[in-house]
Amino acid sequence: MNIFFTVVWRDLRLAMRRKAEVLNSVFFFVVVAALFPLAIGPEPETLRHIGPGVLWVGALLATMLGLSRMFESDLRDGSLEHMLLSPHSLGLMVLGKITAHWLLCGVPLVILAPILGLQFDLSPQALSMLCLSLLLGTPVLSCVGAIGAALTLGVRGGGILISLLVLPLYVPVLVFGAGAVQALESGVGAQAHVSILLAMLLPALFFSPWACSVGLRIALE
Amino acid sequence: MNTLSLQVLQASVQRAGRQLFAPVSFELQAGQALHLQGENGSGKTSLLRALCGLSPLSQGVVNWCGEPLPEARQAFGKDVFYLGHALGLKDELSALENLQAACAIAAQRLDTDAAVRALQAQGLRKRMHLPLRVLSQGQKRRVALARLQVSAARLWLLDEPWVALDQAAQSALSDMLQTHVVQGGLLLFTSHQAQDLGDAVSVLRLQP
Repeated sequence: MNIFFTVVWRDLRLAMRRKAEVLNSVFFFVVVAALFPLAIGPEPETLRHIGPGVLWVGALLATMLGLSRMFESDLRDGSLEHMLLSPHSLGLMVLGKITAHWLLCGVPLVILAPILGLQFDLSPQALSMLCLSLLLGTPVLSCVGAIGAALTLGVRGGGILISLLVLPLYVPVLVFGAGAVQALESGVGAQAHVSILLAMLLPALFFSPWACSVGLRIALE
Repeated sequence: MNTLSLQVLQASVQRAGRQLFAPVSFELQAGQALHLQGENGSGKTSLLRALCGLSPLSQGVVNWCGEPLPEARQAFGKDVFYLGHALGLKDELSALENLQAACAIAAQRLDTDAAVRALQAQGLRKRMHLPLRVLSQGQKRRVALARLQVSAARLWLLDEPWVALDQAAQSALSDMLQTHVVQGGLLLFTSHQAQDLGDAVSVLRLQP
């Protein structure tokens, strides 16, 4: 289990040494969320209606921005070979990398979402539901995205391929994530949506490191 | 516990559907070294990668201490050190941080003092806190060799370890390899230059 924290810490420290790459996806999220109200116009009713969807699409695309970098630099400098050769479980190390990706690309979005949500005139209840749905949804995005990143590792034009592989799998997360806020707003209650998000998170956490490990082994052959 | 040995029987590797070299067989026992030779593209790197388990052999069997590899993989993994063309070092981290991170991933205990000593021995005393990207190729190689120095693995698979090193570092590396072999380690390396590591070294040439 120690190796999990070692890898998380290592990736976080690496990210702190090249901040531009981390800020890239956060900046993208902020820009997307800030531009929409300007383009749509100031009617609070419309904004309130599209707000959750816009923020969720922004979060989804922002997460995808960092995906191709997840294993790439480790492949280039040979660290990945050493991870594969390590007597530690590769799955745990991959889970560490996924966690680091989520801490860098997912958590900032969860924190920023309520602030950006104010521009869409979302109520406090809707904002907290938005946060909750992002908190449950973004780890799924990281987990599923990691599988795409592992499968396309070393492939030229891998960035586009990742999007093609991963986007269909992201759609359910998007539907239920944004849907949770809308359901709450319309008075239906968001419990079902939250349960489904949770039901997506658990298998993703369980299977993704394993699937990634297989993908990485194939990529390095 | 069987005696320490690496036995390779009729092994070969395929790349893009083509067999790289005629099947080779050899055996290494404690205190023996093998110099793998061959032209560019003759499959030296591929053979080393296949031996340490990064890619599959197209045919043949590898026995570690008398047990075939798929079963002995766990024991083998703890006892092998592979140094390829890519060094597995991060440009953003310092030499010291790199050494510690690499050892942590390789499941090897290394306290800071030992790490500092190893880097000093490689002549990096003044540069161990600089990010690796400002070091030269040769100095990066030395960081990788510091890893080798602290490694407890008994089988060393080294791919062109002398590349980019200056004269002094080259002979220091040769001494280090010789000591490893004398102390009962196993060594398998590739190099295009003739290397003098004493009598324990045999030569294997890969033929297409």
